[in-house]
Amino acid sequence: MVAQAAVKPIGHPAVGASIDIGHVSHAFDIDGTKLEVLDDVSLAVEPGEFVALLGPSGCGKSTLLRLVAGLEPPRSGVLREDDIRIKGPHPSRVVVFQDPTLFPWRSVWDNVALGLEAQGILKAQRPRIDAALELVGLSAFRNAYPHQLSGGMAQRVALARALVNDPKVLVLDEPLGKLDSLTRIAMQAELVALWQRKGFTTLLVTHDVEEALVLANRVVVLSDRPARIKADIAVERPHPRHRGDPYLADLRRQILGLLGLEATW
Amino acid sequence: MSTFSLSDVAATGEPSRGGAWVERLRGALPGLGAALAWAAFGVSCLIRDDVGDWSRTQDVAIAAFVIAALILPGTLATDRLGQTGAWLRQRAPWLVVLGLFLTMWELATAKFALLPLPFFPPPQAIVEVYTDDLPKLAESIFASIKLQLGGYIIGATLGFVTGVAIGWSTSIGYWVHPLLRFIGPLPATAWLPIAFFTFPSSWSASTFLIALATGFPVTVLTWSGVASVSSSYYDVARTLGARSSFLVLKVAIPAALPHVFVGLFMGLGASFAVLVVAEMIGVKAGLGWYLQWAQGWAAYANMYAALLVMSLLCSGAITLLFKVRDRVLVWQKGTVKW
Repeated sequence: MVAQAAVKPIGHPAVGASIDIGHVSHAFDIDGTKLEVLDDVSLAVEPGEFVALLGPSGCGKSTLLRLVAGLEPPRSGVLREDDIRIKGPHPSRVVVFQDPTLFPWRSVWDNVALGLEAQGILKAQRPRIDAALELVGLSAFRNAYPHQLSGGMAQRVALARALVNDPKVLVLDEPLGKLDSLTRIAMQAELVALWQRKGFTTLLVTHDVEEALVLANRVVVLSDRPARIKADIAVERPHPRHRGDPYLADLRRQILGLLGLEATW
Repeated sequence: MSTFSLSDVAATGEPSRGGAWVERLRGALPGLGAALAWAAFGVSCLIRDDVGDWSRTQDVAIAAFVIAALILPGTLATDRLGQTGAWLRQRAPWLVVLGLFLTMWELATAKFALLPLPFFPPPQAIVEVYTDDLPKLAESIFASIKLQLGGYIIGATLGFVTGVAIGWSTSIGYWVHPLLRFIGPLPATAWLPIAFFTFPSSWSASTFLIALATGFPVTVLTWSGVASVSSSYYDVARTLGARSSFLVLKVAIPAALPHVFVGLFMGLGASFAVLVVAEMIGVKAGLGWYLQWAQGWAAYANMYAALLVMSLLCSGAITLLFKVRDRVLVWQKGTVKW
């Protein structure tokens, strides 16, 4: 188990951790039949990197993230965070899911406070909640209940709930997948800004090629189930990136080709 | 403008004197009707001698006139009375119906004996119970509340704890499910004969039965509430560093509370039935016992009086539970239709 993350006030750049995925295979038992989802996946993520995992729907990308988060142990292989084996969930690796999954019985403030409360350090660290809400621009909604928020606002609360723990690794499971396209573009920019400011390592699962290219340093393309790594592409462009950049357009064509969709481009 | 109507006033926004007067009269109509209906009740008490011997006829008539006199200014001057006025105005139609009902009741029983006595006592006979038999009635009310409250709190607490335990732990569920399946659907009253000779006192036996009737629905609904909590809530909490105690106390229980309240409501309804039966059969106190006792003496007015109190207590308890729920589940406001 990783040692308890040092408590730092939000705003100080946390240093990202490295993630090492070594020969990981995973399968589910569904009604007695074995369903292979991951097949010998190996991936080394450097501290502070922003890696996007792209793949066809249902290929096992989200399963890989659950393994990184420690929500499930892999059938075989090893996952490490900073060379320490991942054996369970830890607040140094926080997940933001596709659904905001805010707790409807808690106010926005109490939702963001969840992590500190669960770790028993809320009393001493209350200002961090306000800072995290400030960071995502929702201070005015601290007393609102989740059902009073729009989809984008709810996802921003979920982001604040993750960031308040000063994670070393931010695990994003299609967090912008259900947002409308305008909110989505705005939040992509916010995400990049937060990542640059904080320096955490980011693992993003997405099925949106453009999103992956606009955000990540590295795009890892996965095959159909059982997922295997098909390509590992570096995106060497500084942020903020222009969506019409011919370099990105070229990569986009290349990736769509890998996903078997070259004809649509 | 040759003819005049209220819609013209609304359209022009310049109410003439006549229009405003008509509107005021119209607004006061239900209030006037209510005052008249209650006055009619008062008159009906006095028009002729009672067919039986009831001591409170005059008092009831006076009370009816007082109520009529209070309704009249109350509804006419609603603007100046604020909240009370609005409350009164909203209920004026009901007051009309109530006044008329009492009038007919008075005439059909005490004055013309159209309904057979003593099975249908007049209003003054019931009022007489409240004024002249108050100590015994109050004692019964107190005994019922005490018994009900004790049994309900024990049953609800045990049911809640059991529900959370079997919803959370499969090994506890393994042992408790079969018991629940066989014992739960049995009406608690079926235990009555056994309970009354196994327990040291009829009071403890009744408490046990009320707790049983309350506990079953609370257990089942708490359990289903805990079992139906989405696993993604647990995932979120776990990645944020939650231990299992946190998952139970801060995730499972709050998420299950809407179900728990459904169980509490069902348990309350079931426990009323058990309370009354237990009091009628074994316990020598309480409203159920009072009903039984009144029937034994053919004191039908006492029965009606006790029944009225009982219905007020039961609906009061339900209202109280609603208030508690509204407070605890504020966060549901806006997500669920209330």
